[in-house]
Amino acid sequence: MDLITNLSLGFGVAFTPINLLYAFAGCLLGTLIGVLPGIGPVATIAMLLPATYALPPVSALIMLAGIYYGAQYGGSTTAILVNLPGESSSVVTCIDGYQMARKGRAGPALAAAGMGSFFAGCVGTLILAAFAPPLTELAFKFGPAEYFALMVLGLIGAVVLASGSLLKAVGMIVLGLLLGLVGTDVNSGVARFSFDIPELTDGIGFIVIAMGVFGYGEIISNLARPADDREVFTAKVTGLMPTKQDFKDMAPAVLRGTFLGSALGILPGGGALLAAFAAYALEKKMKMKPGEVPFGQGNIRGVAGPESANNAGAQTSFIPLLTLGIPPNAVMALMVGAMTIHNIQPGPQVMTSNPELFWGLIASMWIGNAMLIILNLPLIGIWIKLLTVPYRYLFPAIVLFCAIGVYSTNNNNWDIWMVGIFGVIGYLFIKLGAEPAPLLLGFILGPMMEENLRRALLLSRGDWSTFVTRPLSASLLAAGVLLLVIVLLPAVKNKREEAFVED
Amino acid sequence: MNIKSQRDFFSGLMFMCVGGAFAWGATTYNIGTGARMGPGYFPLMLGVLLAFIGAVITFKALVVETVGGDKIGKWAWRPLFFIIAANVVFGVLLAGVPALKIPAFGLIVGIYAVTFIASMAEPGWTFKKTFILATVLAVGSYLAFVVALKLQFPVWPSFITG
Repeated sequence: MDLITNLSLGFGVAFTPINLLYAFAGCLLGTLIGVLPGIGPVATIAMLLPATYALPPVSALIMLAGIYYGAQYGGSTTAILVNLPGESSSVVTCIDGYQMARKGRAGPALAAAGMGSFFAGCVGTLILAAFAPPLTELAFKFGPAEYFALMVLGLIGAVVLASGSLLKAVGMIVLGLLLGLVGTDVNSGVARFSFDIPELTDGIGFIVIAMGVFGYGEIISNLARPADDREVFTAKVTGLMPTKQDFKDMAPAVLRGTFLGSALGILPGGGALLAAFAAYALEKKMKMKPGEVPFGQGNIRGVAGPESANNAGAQTSFIPLLTLGIPPNAVMALMVGAMTIHNIQPGPQVMTSNPELFWGLIASMWIGNAMLIILNLPLIGIWIKLLTVPYRYLFPAIVLFCAIGVYSTNNNNWDIWMVGIFGVIGYLFIKLGAEPAPLLLGFILGPMMEENLRRALLLSRGDWSTFVTRPLSASLLAAGVLLLVIVLLPAVKNKREEAFVED
Repeated sequence: MNIKSQRDFFSGLMFMCVGGAFAWGATTYNIGTGARMGPGYFPLMLGVLLAFIGAVITFKALVVETVGGDKIGKWAWRPLFFIIAANVVFGVLLAGVPALKIPAFGLIVGIYAVTFIASMAEPGWTFKKTFILATVLAVGSYLAFVVALKLQFPVWPSFITG
């Protein structure tokens, strides 16, 4: 079996004491920083990236993977405890997780998130190991037209699963694509939409948009609500571990989440985010057992499903990165940066030219997941103590950490002004009921889509039919159209609206 | 004409304006042809698309009936002002603004300023509690970001450290 030999090669690399140590250090640091409200995986990785420069490439990537998982789990923790998603993929965890915390069941919520993630991570790693080689084969057949079609499919997937108005979500995606184009055009060297500001020629920072829109925008709209709307924890903390009934409820949700997450994680643009949203929608559609807590009021399935899905998605979202070389999300974009610093060009050739690195990374993902659960289950009690901190003390701290995080990515004041501007824009989005998550996705994919569209049309001499005459690209686009049609069918449309109606 | 959904109406307007602005901006760059795209081609396409989407949303907001008019509601000016102000003041104090001859006051001063200004976003803040919070944050941030992570910040005012 190839799979076994490959995996054993990987574990051979990852199980050296020094690499285990790096994986552990990564998980620990990632959790510690990721648990700070307002600082998600992207900011965490960006902050810790310089610490890995001096390491050998394999160790550096292993540590970064550890940081990623740690930060992601830390992000779920803040989502559950203080209703502040550290990243877009834990947005849905907030809905039921925070309600569980308010009812004194923060412990089971955190445990469900941790165990669900671990299970999903194991499955995701196996899928990654099994599917990466054949997909790499496929990747060599991918031309620019296929890449473009794939991204269109990813974006359509994001729209379909966004809550609220479809049209508005499309609008937000296009807005994101446009914002992504700000900065120097790689082909002509023209600085677009930069108003002669030197900082803007590098483009708008992803972290700036994420922190401004999700961090500041959320704080402002939180503060606008009357105080008793948010910080009442109605019950005492009862029990840290899930009960038997909890396990019974969450097990199928974890399975469904894992399956959905693994499948959706492969799509570029979606990854963990798409997976979490889809899993939550799916859980909501499942039949309720008698006596079960309704969704939006602290149903454990609403935590276990999306959390497993986003971890499985996080795992499988390495597939497009490692096989096609396109980062499916912001975190992966940072991983690309880290790889290039170590002179590794991500893409289909990594597996053949650098098998130790490729399989070592995959093995270390599993190790990272295992360490995470060892590290975090005993710490649940400590995280819960955070609950006793009133919002009054929390939000100035969040503002501070956002500002520090943004500044530290470039050591430049400019980013602080920008995050302020995006804070105002974020609040505007909330007031207008326009969801910011699709914007972020578009923002990441904007430059890549343009690049591939350009190349595709250059190769076809300006003939747009190249997208439908090439079989691979045509089938990808067809899948996208199919998705859209399904969502627009009246029956599904009503169901979908039902699924996203809050509480 | 009645606006049926205020939120959608203004989102649509926003998309139209931004899309139009991007499209107009794109025309100042070389557009090129499909086979040889200039830097303006893709933004022009997207800008027009966004403006069109905005127009459809606005139109629907005028036609399709919604429950309660989907009002935008009151703007929370107080938190909006203080949160953003706290952020800007932090930036000014942390690294200074050479163009305005403002020296860098460093991380610690910045933290006290952020905490106080941000706390004012909510009515009922008290000086003593805010001061304690700021001190905790200052010590914690110093240990976490400067000592442990070794991030490069100006920590103390530049006119003291020189």
